[in-house]
Amino acid sequence: MNRINQLFLQQKKSKRTVFITYLVCGDPDLKSTLKIMNLMVESGVDLIELGVPFTDPIADGPTIQKGVERALKKNVSLSDVLKVVEAFRESNQKTPLVLMGYMNPIECMGFNKFSIQAKSKGVDGVLLVDSPPEESEEINSALIKNNLCQIFLASPTTEDKRLKKIIKYSTGYLYYVSIKGITGSSIIDFKPIKKSVDHIRKLSKGSIPVTVGFGIKNGITAKNIGKFSDGIIIGSSIVELIEQYMGNKAVMYKKIKSFLMSINKSIGEK
Amino acid sequence: MKKINYKLFPDRDGHFAKYGGQYVSETLMYPLSELHKAYMKIAKSASFQKELKGELKNYVGRPTPIYHASRISKELGNCNIYLKREDLNHTGAHKINNAMGQAMLAKAMGKTRIIAETGAGQHGVATATACARYNLKCVVYMGSEDIQRQKINVYRMKLLGAEVVAVNSGSKTLKDALNEALRDWVTNVDDTHYIIGSVAGPHPYPMIVRDFQSIIGHESKQQMKKINKKAHILVACVGGGSNAIGLFHPYLNDNVEIIGVEAGGYGLSTGKHAAPLNKGKPGILHGNRTYIMEDKNGQIESTHSISAGLDYPGVGPEHSWLKDNKRVKYVTVTDKEALEAFYYLTEKEGIIPALETAHALAYAFKIAKSKSKKNILVNLSGRGDKDIDTIASLQGMEV
Repeated sequence: MNRINQLFLQQKKSKRTVFITYLVCGDPDLKSTLKIMNLMVESGVDLIELGVPFTDPIADGPTIQKGVERALKKNVSLSDVLKVVEAFRESNQKTPLVLMGYMNPIECMGFNKFSIQAKSKGVDGVLLVDSPPEESEEINSALIKNNLCQIFLASPTTEDKRLKKIIKYSTGYLYYVSIKGITGSSIIDFKPIKKSVDHIRKLSKGSIPVTVGFGIKNGITAKNIGKFSDGIIIGSSIVELIEQYMGNKAVMYKKIKSFLMSINKSIGEK
Repeated sequence: MKKINYKLFPDRDGHFAKYGGQYVSETLMYPLSELHKAYMKIAKSASFQKELKGELKNYVGRPTPIYHASRISKELGNCNIYLKREDLNHTGAHKINNAMGQAMLAKAMGKTRIIAETGAGQHGVATATACARYNLKCVVYMGSEDIQRQKINVYRMKLLGAEVVAVNSGSKTLKDALNEALRDWVTNVDDTHYIIGSVAGPHPYPMIVRDFQSIIGHESKQQMKKINKKAHILVACVGGGSNAIGLFHPYLNDNVEIIGVEAGGYGLSTGKHAAPLNKGKPGILHGNRTYIMEDKNGQIESTHSISAGLDYPGVGPEHSWLKDNKRVKYVTVTDKEALEAFYYLTEKEGIIPALETAHALAYAFKIAKSKSKKNILVNLSGRGDKDIDTIASLQGMEV
């Protein structure tokens, strides 16, 4: 059992919504990333998804694209991301870390080499946006062998036949994409999301925690989604704050912290 | 070695051995599967094929002729160069074959909005044309860099009623236009069909585009037979590789030498080229596994070619497979060699080729000079009108 499984087990007992955040590693630089990760934990974040920069992020909207471009300008590589994980683990052994990104940089390093290194540096799970279960056999076996979770996405357009496959391959948690679209879009209606989450729960017989991401930008949305899901994921809003305030790091940290604390407060009020 | 039946690929999941597949975000899996189903059911039906045939004849102007370029053949040696005149299609390139097929399919699927990516603008123009013909709303994504170097085509698309969206992310070229089109599609899957212009992208696109382009090879076979000639060598340029696969595919099981020509840019040793099959390695880009140009960290590298249509760091997955099993030989031609071929054909045969096509011609001319009594069939994939600005500015002139 790794940190992700422990987290969801524990949260199930306390009936709290797991608070997950995303940021692009190296945006605007590696030092700030480490600082923001620690700040996230201080603000009540339970799990961090660390974005691995890739030149062609087809599933991301303009906000995260720009974050990725900022990181790439500093030549942030997959090895750098692993170094940040290692540095984070020096002071934090508890918070689960998931690397989120695209297949090519991982494939370039080699699935086995990556999995072994990721595990040894302190990664707990991997989410590859452009690798559905159908294309994941090889990477999946490398990850599982190294006791790393592989998180898969399910979306409003996923049919039952494939949903079963996704549930079967998912370890750690399942990431439900709330909307048809890219990161940074907005949620308009909660009802269809609740229906889908309930449906996934039924199909999986509760075997895998279901989290919801894409489109959560404020406390009210987070709270409402948290009522029927095991966790909520916030990404673009954080990257937006980084973009807006990166000229003054002290202000940037302060803004991110107060934003995260307000979200944390909202999801606590079940 | 076991003989491969090349016509049986891709497999059920869209793989050409280890290449191809569907490396896309979850939201796209459903529309891709819907498209696959619709394609198998609608596009393979006799009534659709009949209608398409009529459209290609009466609207596009097919069959395109095969022309024996006798003047240059004689000047270069004793080979015979035949040109499959895809430049004579409506809109001036092979791209319309696929655009018509997919637009008709979209219409039959009940879609009302079409999106497309374009590099040189040829596919954008072809798509905008088909959309005008079938009364479909059309949005074309184009890198802002390409918009600069292909102004005429941008204007043509606008005249045809399409909205041209400038893409400013990444390298601002074809690959980024493709990213942006994929993002649009994820967001608007209900009413929108994405017409990919090359044999790239996730399955079933490499198969669909290949099938619609295969008319080039099928016609060529019949036409060569009619004039009692056998093609010994096929030559076509390869960016994404749609005109090449269109010519090659019907011939893959035959005894004929096949050569694909990639853009060598300033030369392979300079690193400034667009030749993933020659200098890249297998990786994942735009929804499929194929040869790509990447740095040591797996980031996609920017490419260079004088021709916008070849300026792409990936290539259709079927080409990667044909390279590995050595069925097709992939070579490169530099910007400079392509330009020489451009002038040569223009001056000696009165045909102005597209700069993309000039790469295939340059290599065909090399073969003609070094080999004896071969019939070389070149896919003259497009006309060069769109490149006049580029050529003129190289000569220090403004048109």
